[in-house]
Amino acid sequence: MITAMAAAAAEAFYDTELHVDVLGPKKMITFMNGDSELFSISETVVTGWLLIIVLFILMKWLTSDLKVVPTSKKQVLAEWFVTFFQDLVKDNMGARMVKYAPYIATIFTFALTGSLVSVLGFRSMTVDINCTGTWAALTLILITYNKIKSNGLGGYLKGFAEPVAVITPINILSDVATPTAMALRIFGNISSGMIISSIIYAFLTILSNVVYNALSLKLAALNYFHIFQIGVPAVLSIYFDFFSGVIQSYVFIMLTMAYVGDAAGKDEQAA
Amino acid sequence: MNMTDEQAMLFAKALVLMGQGIGAGLALIAGIGPGIGEGYAVGKAIETIGRQPEAKSSATTTMFIGCAVAESTGIYGLLVGIILLFVNPFLKHLG
Repeated sequence: MITAMAAAAAEAFYDTELHVDVLGPKKMITFMNGDSELFSISETVVTGWLLIIVLFILMKWLTSDLKVVPTSKKQVLAEWFVTFFQDLVKDNMGARMVKYAPYIATIFTFALTGSLVSVLGFRSMTVDINCTGTWAALTLILITYNKIKSNGLGGYLKGFAEPVAVITPINILSDVATPTAMALRIFGNISSGMIISSIIYAFLTILSNVVYNALSLKLAALNYFHIFQIGVPAVLSIYFDFFSGVIQSYVFIMLTMAYVGDAAGKDEQAA
Repeated sequence: MNMTDEQAMLFAKALVLMGQGIGAGLALIAGIGPGIGEGYAVGKAIETIGRQPEAKSSATTTMFIGCAVAESTGIYGLLVGIILLFVNPFLKHLG
């Protein structure tokens, strides 16, 4: 009896496919030119535009019907949101850089919702290296722009040869390494969380199948209903989705502010 | 030992997969460094909070940012491991 149960359990264990979906986002829309593929739109882009629309409507709703003295809760929330990012930028970049607050708030909101959208069953945007790479490239553009603005083009180019001219390749490499590290950090964190979540899901599927087989339960519905998948992933999702998502989005904007503030020069900050 | 072409190909694939598995395992050794470093950072942060409880919020924020930055070397190792395990970059060189 026990042997039969164990045999059935083992059979279920080997029959269940471990499905870990890490090979990049799937192509959702493909434009064909005859038989050849012209270009495709990935899941990341679709999710991103959905998020943009949702966030746009949310912000429009939050900022509609503003009064000098806030009477509604949503205005208090909107003002808190704006003040939070303005204070953050003032603290980290100096008061004259407060014009970057909307950019920082945008990146943070987008990165946060892009990471947390996996809770709703979408694929996180930040699991696509193209997405985080784009944000890091924006940071690189801002850094370069601020360096040229504060030092002039000549001073910017000269900055590569400091303190000695021999070190120029290393300086160029470190300029490239900054955005690369930023892109990989958020990508690696969220995607490792996603891989661990998928492995846990697959494992719980196997575990459920093993238990069903051992108890000789044979119902068609049980192919889609895995008892251990209720509740257990939610606990782990608190760390891998919420904690990582929030911390990494925050770190991304903190690093952006630090690098851009550094590039713009700190000397005028006191003014 | 006489092998047909098919068997030789299978053998070569098995070798590549074995190498990838071992390489992925070795790449994840990179996780040791950030683990020690982050533990040290958290310990120091707790010391700070114990000494100056009023600095709790700023110490915690700085600690999390420091931890996330210190994590990057571990993340690089993890990425190499993931690529080796799931993307199989060397199999296509077999032709």
